[in-house]
Amino acid sequence: MTVEPGAPLWEVFVRSRRGLAHQHVGSLHAADAALALSHARDLFTRRGEGVSIWVVPAAAIHASDPDAKGPNFDPADDKVYRHPTFYQVPEDLQL
Amino acid sequence: MTAATGPAVGAADRCAYALRLGDDALVLAQRLTEWSAHAPTLEEDLALENIALDLLGQARHLLTYAGAAEGQGRDEDRLAYWRDDGEFCNLQLVEQPNGDFAATMVRQWLFSTYQRLLYLALRASADPDLSAIGERGAKEAAYHLDHAANWVRRLGDGTEESHRRTEAALLGLWPFVAEMFSGDAVEARLVAAGVAVDGRALRPAFDAAVDAVLAEATLSRPEAAFTARGGRSGHHTEHLGHLLAEMQHLHRSHPGASW
Repeated sequence: MTVEPGAPLWEVFVRSRRGLAHQHVGSLHAADAALALSHARDLFTRRGEGVSIWVVPAAAIHASDPDAKGPNFDPADDKVYRHPTFYQVPEDLQL
Repeated sequence: MTAATGPAVGAADRCAYALRLGDDALVLAQRLTEWSAHAPTLEEDLALENIALDLLGQARHLLTYAGAAEGQGRDEDRLAYWRDDGEFCNLQLVEQPNGDFAATMVRQWLFSTYQRLLYLALRASADPDLSAIGERGAKEAAYHLDHAANWVRRLGDGTEESHRRTEAALLGLWPFVAEMFSGDAVEARLVAAGVAVDGRALRPAFDAAVDAVLAEATLSRPEAAFTARGGRSGHHTEHLGHLLAEMQHLHRSHPGASW
């Protein structure tokens, strides 16, 4: 058997027992989605890390432009009022 | 079912039975380990070694159980490393050489189909230890089966070359299938006591499962050129001795070594 040189790349997301959201854990090569899931199970959940796996073709992921990092993200830096901790909770507030 | 859970009841039989299942797992684990760093891809390398480690874990439980049932102070290491090939009771199927990737997958698929059925039934054993081993092992075997059957389908229904190799592997390994379901006096006594699984009764479910995968793999069930037998009573093909020499050499050269 020869290694398939063109086997596509898949990004792997695992939902751990502790968390609610799937988190990106790494990537792997596989011929199709079924094999990608099988390999992901072996590569990324062998120490009990997860209860659910997603695999996504790496080609299907569109990333923001690293060169646009400044315009994209810097303006949020000085908007402290967007954090809930910016606001004082009145002492007599009934929760 | 009769009350057969006392420590002395059928102890020799229970030891022999656990050794059979344990040796199956141990020898196949050793075979799969030979693929380490040689598998077609890094991903498959990990998959094969995961399966090997699952099997090794099963072997440890079963050999420890066998040593306790025997009551002569032999632990898992003593049983794994200090018995010669004539004392091993594994199926001849699992000692067969890896061959190419198709042969390894066909061997794994045949064995895991059998082992999963066996462990599922073993969960109902009157012996709580064997029942627990069946409970845990059935889940592991289900994954091994899924992985191997997946490859048998892909290779059988793949290219002309992969089909040819898978067909050849099936033809070469089929003579070792019947031994899984042969049964004998030890097994019969334990079955009567509700401790062991009647292997012969697993054959129809095995055939149905195998036929379903073969159909998808565009392969057909071959005629066995001969029928292998004797593994359960210590008769093996020439391959087991070589496997054991490699597996046991270090431990025998340095007894008690640990690292």
